[in-house]
Amino acid sequence: MSANSQTLFVQHFGKDSNRTLDYFLKNMNGYEQAKKTLTNLTPDQVIEEVKKANIRGRGGAGFPMGMKWSFIPKNSEKPKYLVCNADESEPGTCKDRQIMRYTPHVLIEGLIIGSYAIGCHHAYVYIRGEYVREAELLNAAIDEAYANGYLGKNIMGSTYTLDITVHRGAGAYICGEETGLLNSLEGKRGEPRVKPPFPAISGAFACPTAVNNVESIANVPHIMRMGGEEFAKLGKIDKSGGTRLISLSGHVSTPGVYEMQAGSMTLRQIIDEFGGGILNGKKLKAVIPGGSSSPVLTADEIDVVYDVEPLMKIGTMMGSAAIMVINEDTDMVKLLLRISKFYAHESCGQCTPCREGCHWMESILHKIIHGEAKSTDIDLLVDVAGNIGGKTLCALGDAAAMPVQSFVKKFRPEFEAYLKGQKRHG
Amino acid sequence: MEKQLSNKFYEAMKKLEPRYPNKKALILPALHEAQKEWGWLPKEVLAEIGEYIGVHAAQIREVASFYTMYNLNPVGKNHLRICTNVACCLRGADDLMSYAERKLGIKCGETTSDGMFTLSEEECLGACTTAPAMMANDDYVENLDINSLNAYIEKVKNER
Repeated sequence: MSANSQTLFVQHFGKDSNRTLDYFLKNMNGYEQAKKTLTNLTPDQVIEEVKKANIRGRGGAGFPMGMKWSFIPKNSEKPKYLVCNADESEPGTCKDRQIMRYTPHVLIEGLIIGSYAIGCHHAYVYIRGEYVREAELLNAAIDEAYANGYLGKNIMGSTYTLDITVHRGAGAYICGEETGLLNSLEGKRGEPRVKPPFPAISGAFACPTAVNNVESIANVPHIMRMGGEEFAKLGKIDKSGGTRLISLSGHVSTPGVYEMQAGSMTLRQIIDEFGGGILNGKKLKAVIPGGSSSPVLTADEIDVVYDVEPLMKIGTMMGSAAIMVINEDTDMVKLLLRISKFYAHESCGQCTPCREGCHWMESILHKIIHGEAKSTDIDLLVDVAGNIGGKTLCALGDAAAMPVQSFVKKFRPEFEAYLKGQKRHG
Repeated sequence: MEKQLSNKFYEAMKKLEPRYPNKKALILPALHEAQKEWGWLPKEVLAEIGEYIGVHAAQIREVASFYTMYNLNPVGKNHLRICTNVACCLRGADDLMSYAERKLGIKCGETTSDGMFTLSEEECLGACTTAPAMMANDDYVENLDINSLNAYIEKVKNER
């Protein structure tokens, strides 16, 4: 199955020489779609094509991309912004890094087409602070694009002008949330905003803004080349077009960033065919299917088609397509403590349920592991999680609650073993 | 007050100014650029950034303190930040952290007395498929094990 699968990205990954403009022009039909778009198409035609492509946002929420762009008001006098979310901070996710490292020009071409579609003349790429080298590579590619007339004034002989600026974050998970990101872009603390107004109406610098993930934007030149309908057909499942980049990590034999046609494989096939099975011949215990926020699955729940809706049906989510595989030797209580510690550290502190609750969950788990918990503490833990989820401005609260609820639900005997003194930290 | 930041800093900022609709958006780039010069962000530097942006120094500190990468205290010449988040943890990051603590003779969060190394724990670096990973100053070191971590520390020590 994977052998016959069409891929758009991975064949270009892994070689430093592939990131040049020269490679892009020769091997990826570089900037042809930007040229076609700027000379022959109206912005509405571009948005229609992206709608037909059935592409869901690749950042985590899975929102249809064409629809997001159509929310940008057409007759606003204000400047409009396209902001590329390159914060890639959901634990387990590292696919956008590969795009920026090895095919930065396809991202730039996507930004040109997308900016044109929404009427933007200055696009920003908000990249996580730790990606120092990736930001340098992206800036080098942007300089190359300016020098060759693909960015700046009158791009490729058209009347269209676009600038791109790379803006570095500085270490904060919450800046992957789009309104936290926008505050950070504006030079503020990365605290999420109250919505509405949504970014499409009042986003960056209080102007209409579309925020899209790196992989989403990098798909746009492919959509325009193939045509929306053909791109949609790459997806083997309804309402999900194109391919998906997957970050496969944890206890698999061959971790890596892989690509599949959307909906063409089950989670088990991904682990076996891409991951080469479980590391060192161990048995599978659990899978975190879509970044550390997504509810955990047990070993017998993985015969599920790996896409947004099938995963939603079994109570979890695809998120950013970051799969973390967990073997039989793993202590699920300790793993949950590690996850909860992360959310406690990353909570921005604005909303009380999240700021206080995340620390409570971490501290209850700590007590359980160190033999200091009461028999009612497992239920208390789940109760605290229930008082965070859905009660905060942004999704970090839910992201912190879902792992707790699902780990306890599916691996409760491991928690009880600590309470009964059958297991001890050490 | 004597200037803390170099002409190079101000030149870099001048180049960035036209890329944003207002000056306040330069706070993060300015903090990065200043930290490049200083290695950390003393309060005099924060004050000078505030003066340049046109806001009170407290507002600069308010922003800087939100982000883990801005060092509000001095750090060693080599800042090793070992990721201990899920993917790295599944691949043995906790052992690497204990090893680094023993090897450097400091606890996580501390700096060696000669100022050569600071050791920190890092949340997910986005290098999960090449876990475990650490950030050493501005570079990633991936697919780590105790041998390669040891070799890395030795190499840096010999470069002094």
